[in-house]
Amino acid sequence: MVECNPTFLTAILKAMQLTVNGTPHSFEQNPNLSQLLETLNLTGKRLAVERNGEIVPRSQFGETVLTDGDQLEIVVAVGGG
Amino acid sequence: MDELIIAGKAYSSRLLIGTGKYKDFDETRRAVEESGAQIVTVAIRRTNIGQNAGEPSLLDAVPPSQYTYLPNTAGCYSADDAIRTLRLARELLDGHDLVKLEVLGDPKTLYPNVVETLKAAEVLVKDGFKVMVYTSDDPIIAKQLEEIGCVAVMPLASLIGSGMGILNPWNLQIIIDNAKVPVIVDAGVGTASDAAIAMELGCDGVLMNTAIAGAGNPVLMASAMKKAVQAGREAFLAGRMPKKLYSASPSSPTTGMIGK
Repeated sequence: MVECNPTFLTAILKAMQLTVNGTPHSFEQNPNLSQLLETLNLTGKRLAVERNGEIVPRSQFGETVLTDGDQLEIVVAVGGG
Repeated sequence: MDELIIAGKAYSSRLLIGTGKYKDFDETRRAVEESGAQIVTVAIRRTNIGQNAGEPSLLDAVPPSQYTYLPNTAGCYSADDAIRTLRLARELLDGHDLVKLEVLGDPKTLYPNVVETLKAAEVLVKDGFKVMVYTSDDPIIAKQLEEIGCVAVMPLASLIGSGMGILNPWNLQIIIDNAKVPVIVDAGVGTASDAAIAMELGCDGVLMNTAIAGAGNPVLMASAMKKAVQAGREAFLAGRMPKKLYSASPSSPTTGMIGK
């Protein structure tokens, strides 16, 4: 008999997996990029996004629906030489 | 007016500075202001997920509306990583295409990998970037980077962050003499005299980070570097007197001495 522990249930419910800056994130439904940034508290920040190796222009964040397995890099400018 | 022209744009300051390694953003801001630099380098890094929305940012301390940002590829060890990083930077900075390319070859010395640098420069120039390129002090590689279309070549004075000063002024001189684009010494400057020597050699500018950020008083050192770059430039333009080995020449009249 399969034990129904909460982790197992969560895994079924949140079936969609994204990798953001190298860390896995789970979602119940496929978010678009604007929704993802909102979830991550990044709305309004000056940033750039690469999805599976391709730059996503800022103007297309709302219409870019993310799919299971997407690899995202979200970068900002920091102090450096 | 003696201006530094890079990719058709004129700058009155010949000192370019990095924004890394400062105690906090306030110190970064004060050092940048004191240096008089108009071009500042920035790094491109993954954002922290879950950080506070109101957290201070470099963009507030050193606003891109007031300074020319020069995004770099510090930490990249392959042409591909450097190209990806700068494409992200261009998107981040609303199409800004003036960039600093550096491809490293060794984590211990941070010595540039010129083979990967040449590869990346080819791709980036074709892609419309205006590439200021960090390289070794090899005059042949510097010339090749210029021929590829880089808008400035930036040979090292010594290793990044070492503060060892200009170790091979003769190679720098060859690079300067052969170049048709600005030559900017990047990396290795330790104190004001190093910057002055670079400028006296005929460099068009000096780029530094640790020499200022790693000083006991970074803001005061920023001021010293500003003056050193100006002094070195003026000395270069003035043209130094020839060195006369073993041959002294008095500055005061040799006639009219009392008691003779």
